[in-house]
Amino acid sequence: MDPRSLEFRQQSIAALSNPQLQTALGGIKTGWAGSRSRAALAFPDFEGLREQGRCIRDHALANVGTLLEEFERNLQLAGGRVHWARDAAEANEIIAGLCHDEKAKSITKSKSMVAEEIGLNAYLEAQGFQTIETDLGEYIIQIAGQRPSHLVGPAIHMTKDEVADLFARHHGLPRKEEGAELVGEARQILRDYYLNADVGITGANFLVAETGTIITVTNEGNAELTQGLPNRHIVLTGIEKVVPTMREAFVLLRLLARSATGQAFSVYTTAITGPKRKGDLDGPGKLDVVLLDNGRSTMIAGPFREMLRCIRCGACMNHCPVYLAAGGHAYGWVYVGPMGSVLTPNFVGIQAAHTLPNASTFCGKCEEVCPVKIPLPGLMRKLREVQHRGRHNSRTARTLMAAWGFLAVRPPLFRLANRVAGYSMRLASRGRGRADRLLLAGNWTASRSMPCPEGETFMAQWRKRRDPPA
Amino acid sequence: MTGSREQILEALRKTASNGADSPTSVEPIPGAVDADHRDLIRQFTSNAEGVSTECRHIATLSEIPGAVAAYLRLHNIPHEITLAPALAHPSIGWDDHRLLRTRVGTAEANDRAAVTLAIAGVAETGTLLLASSPQTPTLLSFLPETSIVILESASIVPIYERAWQLLIDPHGQLPRSANFVTGPSRTGDIGQKLELGAHGPRRLFVIIVDEALPKES
Repeated sequence: MDPRSLEFRQQSIAALSNPQLQTALGGIKTGWAGSRSRAALAFPDFEGLREQGRCIRDHALANVGTLLEEFERNLQLAGGRVHWARDAAEANEIIAGLCHDEKAKSITKSKSMVAEEIGLNAYLEAQGFQTIETDLGEYIIQIAGQRPSHLVGPAIHMTKDEVADLFARHHGLPRKEEGAELVGEARQILRDYYLNADVGITGANFLVAETGTIITVTNEGNAELTQGLPNRHIVLTGIEKVVPTMREAFVLLRLLARSATGQAFSVYTTAITGPKRKGDLDGPGKLDVVLLDNGRSTMIAGPFREMLRCIRCGACMNHCPVYLAAGGHAYGWVYVGPMGSVLTPNFVGIQAAHTLPNASTFCGKCEEVCPVKIPLPGLMRKLREVQHRGRHNSRTARTLMAAWGFLAVRPPLFRLANRVAGYSMRLASRGRGRADRLLLAGNWTASRSMPCPEGETFMAQWRKRRDPPA
Repeated sequence: MTGSREQILEALRKTASNGADSPTSVEPIPGAVDADHRDLIRQFTSNAEGVSTECRHIATLSEIPGAVAAYLRLHNIPHEITLAPALAHPSIGWDDHRLLRTRVGTAEANDRAAVTLAIAGVAETGTLLLASSPQTPTLLSFLPETSIVILESASIVPIYERAWQLLIDPHGQLPRSANFVTGPSRTGDIGQKLELGAHGPRRLFVIIVDEALPKES
């Protein structure tokens, strides 16, 4: 799927004037973000848990090659197969090949961001397979022909009424009003797809090297029906998801649900070790795991490795003032919010997404709530450097940056400029302590006032304190 | 594609030493110490009820059919149940209960209610641990609308790690599928409002029983 991240500005302007979207985004603040802080407080030592989570992910990333080989060996012992894909094209080809082998017609899919990353649905449909998303949110956006706007709630941007209209149109059934009826209608329709699917495709939240185990987490139970009913289960996941043992996985699982939705634990955490065994009455006969690189090994080698600690909880976006105003679609690709602002330029190239590191106020809230302490503002700052070096930012920004640089290395001039700026702002405020209009910042002051500096400059105060008057 | 495998691993090998490694230090979870077992059962029940699981505590195996029938009656569900082979045991006495009709096996598309056996209960979050085996097929706890789970009170443990130890068989092998289940299926995907019964069961009933099932010889 082609990224449309360069249009962030236009897309976010449209989002700001969309009242349905603004209502939906407002719900995240009181909903998930509020629940997360209650869950963090209720846990005996959540900060300690976050530190453990960080260590576990750093350790896994430093040893990822060894861990993946161990995972592969153990999964093979359990009767599964591992496939390695360097990029999206290769992963799509492998998966389509497995579906052809199975002579598949119908495929069910449990939500996978990696599948969105490689455009799997479109590829499989072009090959003549019917693919149905089973996570309710993902199903909604599939039939609406949209992209996910959130990691955890892909259809978070739609209100209940919009879903009711969509279902009535798409299912050809009488329009339902209540949420429970809509959920019931989707449940009924998806049931037939589950039962008739030839292949089930899921992602993985974690891979466990020691036992060759695949862990999936859902609240709906769709992953279990997706992989439990067809004859073939295909897992698609990124190479960074591996951890050494279940002990590490449990720490990350304790962090995941609390950070995502504020639940103490998600409803279904499933650990799969191999295909159906002798005597089993159910389960898939074949299990294949596709490990995708797609730029990840390059990230591990470079300055953006910390981003791959990510466990996809969505807390960074739930707490981001920019995401909560602009919504996920403004980011123009698969990954959204602060984590998307770092991942997208790494995956699609800075030239196709150089606007994203600017989509931040650098308030630091994302780093504060991240369960594995990813320094998101720091990484976005590094990307801004890349953006500046590649001359992707605007001429105005470059000129102002050059002007500031000129002053910053000339202390007397810098101090003078500071005094002039402070003086003129006080003048503009007409003694009220705030300016309603400022030269060159008309857009900024259109919706708020600029508080004016009080008293002397920092440098002047510093000098006074250092050398007190005799 | 062997070529891709080698290329990816080669790239990762080159970077292995690059960047700081943080030796993992998985510490015990606070509150993981052994509480009094009755407290543990209470903690399990209270956390399970907090996520809409219904619980009932009984003493003997022979009370199970009565508890199941009462639950089905309460929710106006037909008295036809699918049983995990592990529970088709004479000591439970399903046949003594005239109103219940039972079938033994895994779940099928039109089953309304199924009863299976848990490996463990985790007090930490009121979570059940279920494992696939010929005796306990996995679909029983996912396909029907009503999921009923038998949990021996002695197998309630404080934390997930302890439950996981109970899962590994004498040969050190894990089951094909191990499911941690914390409440009935739910979704917030329509208008951010929580609804139960998205794809998995709409309701989850846990019967905690003190008497242990006879071990197979």
